[in-house]
Amino acid sequence: MNYNWNWRIFFDASPEGNGTYLDMLLSGLLWTIATALCSWIIAFFLGSLIGVLRTLPSKPANAIGTAYVELFRNIPLLVQMFLWYFVMPEVVPTRIGDAIKQLPDAPFYTAVVCLGFFTASRVAEQVRAGIQALPRGQRMAGTAMGFTTYQTYRYVLLPNAYRIILPPMTSEFLNNLKNTSVALTIGLLELTARARSMQEFSFQVFEAFTAATILYVIINLVVVTAATFLEKALAIPGQR
Amino acid sequence: MLSNFDFSVIVSSLPYLFGQGMVFTVTLTAMAAVGGVIIGTLLAMARLSGVPGLTQVAKGYVELCRSLPLVLVIFWFYFLVPYIGAYLTGGSTPIQVGAFPSALITFMAFEAAYFSEIMRAGIQSIPKGQTAAAQALGMNYWQTMGNVVLPQAFRNMLPLLLTQTIVLFQDTSLVYVLSLTDFMGAASKVAQRDGRLVEMYIFAAVVYFAICFSASFLVRRLQRRVAIIR
Repeated sequence: MNYNWNWRIFFDASPEGNGTYLDMLLSGLLWTIATALCSWIIAFFLGSLIGVLRTLPSKPANAIGTAYVELFRNIPLLVQMFLWYFVMPEVVPTRIGDAIKQLPDAPFYTAVVCLGFFTASRVAEQVRAGIQALPRGQRMAGTAMGFTTYQTYRYVLLPNAYRIILPPMTSEFLNNLKNTSVALTIGLLELTARARSMQEFSFQVFEAFTAATILYVIINLVVVTAATFLEKALAIPGQR
Repeated sequence: MLSNFDFSVIVSSLPYLFGQGMVFTVTLTAMAAVGGVIIGTLLAMARLSGVPGLTQVAKGYVELCRSLPLVLVIFWFYFLVPYIGAYLTGGSTPIQVGAFPSALITFMAFEAAYFSEIMRAGIQSIPKGQTAAAQALGMNYWQTMGNVVLPQAFRNMLPLLLTQTIVLFQDTSLVYVLSLTDFMGAASKVAQRDGRLVEMYIFAAVVYFAICFSASFLVRRLQRRVAIIR
């Protein structure tokens, strides 16, 4: 095997002229985290809304929820990314389309919106499963107490459902974080894209990818640890 | 706006999109699914074997794959496979591997981690008493697995395995990052050649949606049929 290992490459100046290769990777890491967090906010609230729609005692609401989930789950993320980035600005009225195209950091905003809507369909499935896992008596008890539908969800069903689905929601969060790498196809300079450009500039393929791998594993461990603490902090004392 | 939506560019590129692109996508999906299930089952068996070392290696591999984005793994294998090939054949220079074998190895190895989690649940869903009964009949490990546990595990997990295959079908579009001509790659090449991004990407989305939607509908029907009533 004649591969020239050079682990000190990380401290060499990158050809971009501001900092070392390590700085380049870390800036990619920050973009990855920023994209993941921003899109998660959309995904969490929209997904909760859609998930609730699917459990409401109303046929049209169920249909809207189901249609949303089926639409966003059955189109590959890459295709959705291209639809938001290339197609959406052309389809909306020209004035708005031009404004979108001139946005600074357009790949970032596109990736956030695209991942938010995509992950929302997965979050919706978890929220629905969580609500349906609750005993039927809880909804009835809420109604018997004179709660409106909104109040039943807000004070009875959702607080319990979120506690049940915390573990699968953690893995959806991690999936969302990993999916940010698909945004490199529309030019977002996140961690995988930075590892790839480091490889192109320096020819140190395996060092670059090893560093990216380690960084991804570290974020995963941090998120899993944080989720364990969150689960403990949110647990209702005495339950189970 | 959509007023100048041009259907003729879609019609004229249909043979290329389906004859080359979709054939590539479907071949890759089918081969990667079969390979992934086989490797995944072996990984699940290794993880449940209780053999010190083997269990940890299988667990570590699965956890590593599950914490990495597929795009990064695609790049890893794209550059790693030539070196592994050189190592296996004893050559001194990295061997040239075609794009298709490289993508196939990537998806088999990556999806094996996900399939192994499904198969692990499947193997664990078989009551311990059945394994004990098989051993009492004098069967060795492989006979027990091959004749008693795995056939039932596959049957129980068939809907999940197929759902994961639909996910795999969608994931194969990511070979775009290696500029391969899968369905999405073909659509994107036509889109850029003719400057018809709107038409081609919407068409690609419609085709993917139609295929995945009907496939998951069929899986749901199958699920009802193969469910073993307990």
